Amino acid sequence: MIVWLVGRSENWPAIREAFFNLREFRETLPEIASKFRRNVLFFMVAEPAILALAMLLAVMRSLPGPVFFPLRAMAIVYTDFFRGVPTVLVVYFLGFGVPSLGLAGVPIDPAFWGVLALILSYSAYVSEVYRAGIETVHPSQVAAARSLGLTRWQSLRFVVLPQAVRRVVPPLLNDFVALQKDTALIAFIVAVPEAFKMAQIFQQARFNFTPLLAAALLFLLITVPLTRLVDWLLARQRARRQGGAAL
Amino acid sequence: MLKGLDLDLRDHEVVCLIGPSGSGKSTLLRCIDLLEPIDAGRIAIHGRDVTARGVNENEVRRSVGIVFQAFNLFPHMTVLRNITLGPTEALGLSRTQAEERAADLLGRFGLADKKDEYPDRLSGGQQQRVAIVRALAMQPDIMLLDEVTSALDPELVAEVLNVIRELAAGGMTMVIATHEMGFARDIANRVCFLDAGVILEEGPPERIFTAPREERTQRFLQSIIEAGRM
Repeated sequence: MIVWLVGRSENWPAIREAFFNLREFRETLPEIASKFRRNVLFFMVAEPAILALAMLLAVMRSLPGPVFFPLRAMAIVYTDFFRGVPTVLVVYFLGFGVPSLGLAGVPIDPAFWGVLALILSYSAYVSEVYRAGIETVHPSQVAAARSLGLTRWQSLRFVVLPQAVRRVVPPLLNDFVALQKDTALIAFIVAVPEAFKMAQIFQQARFNFTPLLAAALLFLLITVPLTRLVDWLLARQRARRQGGAAL
Repeated sequence: MLKGLDLDLRDHEVVCLIGPSGSGKSTLLRCIDLLEPIDAGRIAIHGRDVTARGVNENEVRRSVGIVFQAFNLFPHMTVLRNITLGPTEALGLSRTQAEERAADLLGRFGLADKKDEYPDRLSGGQQQRVAIVRALAMQPDIMLLDEVTSALDPELVAEVLNVIRELAAGGMTMVIATHEMGFARDIANRVCFLDAGVILEEGPPERIFTAPREERTQRFLQSIIEAGRM
């Protein structure tokens, strides 16, 4: 309906020229697409690191007893901080700030710091997702594991975490999608070539917004299938829960 | 929960705990397996105080087998893996050794063809029998059974009771909390009636079921008869 209204408005030709310009699209897409590979690369590097760090944080948070208080506290401080500070701020801070210090022995590639910023930020969110998953594993599972003589670690590793992770696959995949999109934040750090930056450059050089649309479309190419996958998984989980359940 | 009770168990003895809900039967069993902390008193297994400081609780739990009302099988593992997890990780057996032991036990109890199935594909009775096998795979000195048939459809109860009978016949020391009075009468060397956290009465099954001394025991057994379960 909105599309129809916009199409009928007086300004449509101007809008079409500025945003949906086919010629601009065709000319800029190849360059943007090639830079989009960097976005995907950032994602492929960041995601495993996030999954691992978040798992570490979630486990640290769940350690019981006064002995482990320092570890729990560290995990809480970490997650509070990185959930509380906007990701773009962290990206900017690390991506601009660290290379500019010129410290010896520290990588100066701003892309490195940009990806690291994403890893640090996202791990905080994902660790909360893991924690939620861990909490849904019924305590009777832990009781059964301990009753066999398994240690707390063994119970966690063999019984709790496998079940927890399976349960939170949909929200985890949602975070995947968010991360893929947020690789565009690295464009805020100058001199890191990736799709959004490329589109920005074109837009500023050619006074046309269509390149941004091209970049958006590339992101959609990845995120939409992922989102459909999440929906499908959720539907399957729901069906299973209603269909089966002896426990 | 438990207000003070003493229980002595001899090797190869089968003790049945009966009593109303909330009387402490489950709590007692969980305490024996060190799954619940105790505020006072001690638990000794083969003369060794397992509630003392510095005792490795995991080690104790390896020699005490417990089976719960709700089976508690690990849903993300096959039946075989459910059974071999304890022996491989807690007892340090090799996979092959553990699998041999599992296969042997599954065969004895008629579940050999289920070994690669996931728990959700088994009936309640089958799941409970697997849970018993899982506990047995650890070769415990004593088996604790916490109302293991209470969550089962009636027609599935018998197959589980038969497994327990076999264990008793084989000389396993057992403490069984149960509502199946006929079964308790059959299998127990001794019956303890628990009420409000204490053992109100105990003795051989013939006496407890036919001539209970305490009034509350009489009332409990009467309600069981009225419910048609004895």
